[in-house]
Amino acid sequence: MELSEHIKTANVEDAVLRQPLHPAARGTLCVTGHHLLFSDREESSPQHFLLLLRNIDAIEKRMSGSSGTITIKCKDLCVLQLDIPGMEQCLNIARSIETLSCLENVSEMYPFFYRPSDQSLKDQWGLSSTEKHYSQMTDLHDRWRVSSVNRDYSVCPTYPQAVIVPKDINDEMLVKAAKFRHGGRFPVLCYYHRKNGMVIMRSSQPLTGANRKRCREDELLLQAVIDGSDKGYIIDTRSSQQAQQARMTGGGFESKSCYSCWKRLHRQVERGKALQESLIKLVEACGNDSHNMDRWLSKLENSKWLSHVQTALSTAGLLAECVERDGHSVLVHCSEGTDSTLLISTVAQLIMDPCCRTLEGFLALLEREWVQAGHPFQKRCAHSAYSHARLQQESPVFLLLLDCVWQLLHQFPLALGFSEALLLRLATEAYASSYGTFLCNSDKERSVAILSMKTLCLFQALLRPKERRCYANPLYERTELAIWPSVHPQSLQLWRGYFLRWTQQARHLEEAQEEIRNMVILWEKMFEYVCFNFFMLS
Amino acid sequence: LSHLRASVGTLYLSATHSIFVEDNPETRKETWVLHSMVNSVEMPSNSPAGSQLILRCKDFRVLQILIPQERDCLDIHASLVRLSRPGVFKYSELYCLSFNPNVNKEEREESWSFIDLMSDYRRMGVPNNLWVMTAANSEYRVCDTYPSELFVPKSAAPTIITGSSRFRSRGRFPVLSYFHQDTLAAVCRCSQPLSGFSGRCQEDEMMLQAVMRSNPGSDFIYVVDTRPKLNAMANRAAGKGYENEDHYTNIKLQFIGIENIHVMRSSQQKIIDVGEMRSPSMTDFLWGLENSGWLKHIKAILDAGVFIARAVADEGISVLVHCSDGWDRTTQACSVASLLLDPYYRTIRGLMVLIEKDWISFGHKFSHRYAHLDGDPKEVSPVMDQFLECVWQLSEQFPCAFEFNERFLLTIHTHVYSCQYGTFLGNSQRERKELRLPERTHSVWSQLWKDRVDFRNPLFKADLSQSQRVLRPNTTPYCFKMWKGLYSHIDKSMPPCQSPADFLSAMREESQQLEEEIAALTGRPIVWEKTEVLKRRTTHLQQRHLGPDPPTSYIQPITGHGQAVALKQANQMALNKEPNLYLPTECHSKLKDHDPDDCSTCSDRESGVADLRSRSSSGGDYAKDPDWE
Repeated sequence: MELSEHIKTANVEDAVLRQPLHPAARGTLCVTGHHLLFSDREESSPQHFLLLLRNIDAIEKRMSGSSGTITIKCKDLCVLQLDIPGMEQCLNIARSIETLSCLENVSEMYPFFYRPSDQSLKDQWGLSSTEKHYSQMTDLHDRWRVSSVNRDYSVCPTYPQAVIVPKDINDEMLVKAAKFRHGGRFPVLCYYHRKNGMVIMRSSQPLTGANRKRCREDELLLQAVIDGSDKGYIIDTRSSQQAQQARMTGGGFESKSCYSCWKRLHRQVERGKALQESLIKLVEACGNDSHNMDRWLSKLENSKWLSHVQTALSTAGLLAECVERDGHSVLVHCSEGTDSTLLISTVAQLIMDPCCRTLEGFLALLEREWVQAGHPFQKRCAHSAYSHARLQQESPVFLLLLDCVWQLLHQFPLALGFSEALLLRLATEAYASSYGTFLCNSDKERSVAILSMKTLCLFQALLRPKERRCYANPLYERTELAIWPSVHPQSLQLWRGYFLRWTQQARHLEEAQEEIRNMVILWEKMFEYVCFNFFMLS
Repeated sequence: LSHLRASVGTLYLSATHSIFVEDNPETRKETWVLHSMVNSVEMPSNSPAGSQLILRCKDFRVLQILIPQERDCLDIHASLVRLSRPGVFKYSELYCLSFNPNVNKEEREESWSFIDLMSDYRRMGVPNNLWVMTAANSEYRVCDTYPSELFVPKSAAPTIITGSSRFRSRGRFPVLSYFHQDTLAAVCRCSQPLSGFSGRCQEDEMMLQAVMRSNPGSDFIYVVDTRPKLNAMANRAAGKGYENEDHYTNIKLQFIGIENIHVMRSSQQKIIDVGEMRSPSMTDFLWGLENSGWLKHIKAILDAGVFIARAVADEGISVLVHCSDGWDRTTQACSVASLLLDPYYRTIRGLMVLIEKDWISFGHKFSHRYAHLDGDPKEVSPVMDQFLECVWQLSEQFPCAFEFNERFLLTIHTHVYSCQYGTFLGNSQRERKELRLPERTHSVWSQLWKDRVDFRNPLFKADLSQSQRVLRPNTTPYCFKMWKGLYSHIDKSMPPCQSPADFLSAMREESQQLEEEIAALTGRPIVWEKTEVLKRRTTHLQQRHLGPDPPTSYIQPITGHGQAVALKQANQMALNKEPNLYLPTECHSKLKDHDPDDCSTCSDRESGVADLRSRSSSGGDYAKDPDWE
């Protein structure tokens, strides 16, 4: 079925668009396969407003007489209103939006059609790969190797083709270890700490089950990780009760008797449905303009979002502390190993590793730890906070990561090479994008859809000089040491730039950012000028 | 010493300070606490190691001192209790009378004339053909808590003024607080009318008419009663109350609902407790914040200011503001409104003028509210704290609109309590005159003006305040935050990890220098080419950015009691130039011998932070989750 068949009414004259922070505009509304296009009638300077249909989370229609109003709630938390004359037209448009905003088939999505004139499909796709990552870390080479045991995605469907594993463990052992781990996600290296040679590994839960199964190969693999040092830590991002319960359904945890050199720590990091509900509550609280302070604070508390931020940051802090300060290797996992596992390991890397704090470094980190490591973006970001649809696998884990990174940026304004604007952009793109980067759920799915040939890469696009200007942090100054975030409740703040993005308040903060950028640029120009003249004179 | 970091040392008591000197021979770090900053001294039960003293300061710091000998401890406790609380009528014991910075008489007199209120009235365009100065209150005959120089509507004859003052609580009749030149509307202030259930006063009604007529464009005025309506009605039973709309023609009465000083006092205690919680969960913290009600009160005050500013600037309607006595809530509402209306008050000097005008001259009872003397504890209330917090909340919402930074507000806060300068002493202009404060003490304003470099907000855009003269803040609850700089112990005990503001200030200064250099080099104005510039930083700038930040929690700048001492203190000022008490001292020694090119100093500092942080956050408690096998 062609997309155009979903469009009964393509054009509406004399519609009215109301968006936050703008006066209402009257003009022509146009529905295409992937966009809503609105052009206002202002003759002197016609304004166009383009909205990706994929960005629409929920719509509400209200009929009054011969016209109707559609309220559009977007995944980036923007709320728009369209007044459309003609009941039938209004219903047609609403129906088109409803169908076209949640297409299931990947190859019908907009990234496959997006062809801007200044970018080409031949441009490089992606920033990082396992091989590249490995080759950059030469210290690693005598004890670790790149294994392509997963080259046809048969060992683990959610891992990339190449992974880094201990040298002593051969591919056959990996296959066996994979069978012992949920979804085949056997322990692989994700971070090597140059200062002391310790590593972060990640995996999914072991399938010990109710009768305490063991797997020799898995034990050997972990033994090989800490080879030479006395012990390692396993950070399980579930509570110990949850881990116990998981045994009933075939999952489990590493028992002390079988993994004698590993010490297990439990920290419950929320994910899945609970996190999604938390986001919904928070957005609901932020959308409430009531002037009752008590109600706001209790709703903020009730949403638990900030508590989730706090737990995530402190668990990542714990992980970083094990590696950086205590000098031990760490294995981190939850159940599937595709959500809170990635969240914790990513934040910990930002805390410890200055290379991850540059603009390129951060994007490469996201590519390795989220895109390639198999965070199911398409499932997790299918809907955001407004949707009335029944929750399936939606969960704002990636958004929680961005919030944690924002907290770091807030506490260390000079230590990160990228700005809040980048985090906002990523938060938007993860839910609805013209680029292929966040499509699909795993490397395997992406290679089936041949994304790298048929769509453009967001990360590459963000690094173009023009874009760089607004995504780089003008105050950035590299520091080699760890940035330990404070996780005291008073130090954590609501991410106003995101959750209150469409209010006047966010505008003032943006102005301030712009002012900072201008000051830095002016200063640099003067500095250049003086140096240049000094050079000429001497 | 503090609850975060313990150190061993010697405690000295002088007539004005408690001084704690650490034994660590390398640093000999000294901590000075002004007696007048001590709010309470507690002596909890003895522990085996000795007796404890807990000092709670008025800027919400808490110091714990462990003294080996119980007798010593009792002695010190008794002395501190005495020293921190001068007797009821003993202004003479206050620190400002013994405080003697090394300046001569002329300078001191000059410091008192630094802020000139009459020139501020001239700046806003009065006297003019609508508002004139009245001599009615010279010698404080009509109202002893008002200043001697007052502006009233031109049509208000002296008989009307005296008549009206007899009908107002404490004689505080309607006078001008701020005149808005753009709309000719005015903000006026007074106290509640003594109307009871049916009382009326012709002169007072005429006074309000005069206020209305002095704004040619309008046919009514707003009367803003900043109290909750219930409180206002209750006051009627005591022969006081609010204006009856049937008696006064052309007024619109509006209640705002700011709570009274007693509610505020207990609310602040609760938010201080929230700030002192050791390691609360997010839930505890937000619950505490909600329970304290503090932000709700701040919002109410800001709402009052917004209402007045909107009436004056958008509707062009004059507003008369009052509460009960017209010196607490009225002062808050008027000064917040002025701040919103006039960009001048958002500058460093402007804020000083505003405080001098609305607070000091109009008889806000500083000595009572901030317990300068040992008086009635029911009179104490954080009225000024709330105003300063309103300014801070606004500056968070409009980062480019204020010339001053948070440090300025915190410094003012400290001096409101410290009694180091005579500026905030006494309860009215008359009392200050009788105490001959200008002859016997120093004014804080000229000192702050001297230090203004420290107080500057690098993001301030003067041209913005021209285009955006009136601030229109959003007062939805989500715009309010807890003021960490004042209430959070975590923030006070740790240096800010990274302060972009200080970095930017340094850069702005640097830019100016560069500009001068360029001018010297070329002798002509510069036109910038539009070229992409490579990122580069001078080591010079870097160093500055890395230097210890000037004090954010402010207790030290004590400039000696005489010359000999001043010299000695110069050394220690350098030591103390840091957010005091808890900072790991190694950062100084490191800074001294650091190589200008070594960019790791910054990180050294960070790692110092890290040690503390991770201990408090995630660290060291693996054992918490016992292995349950």
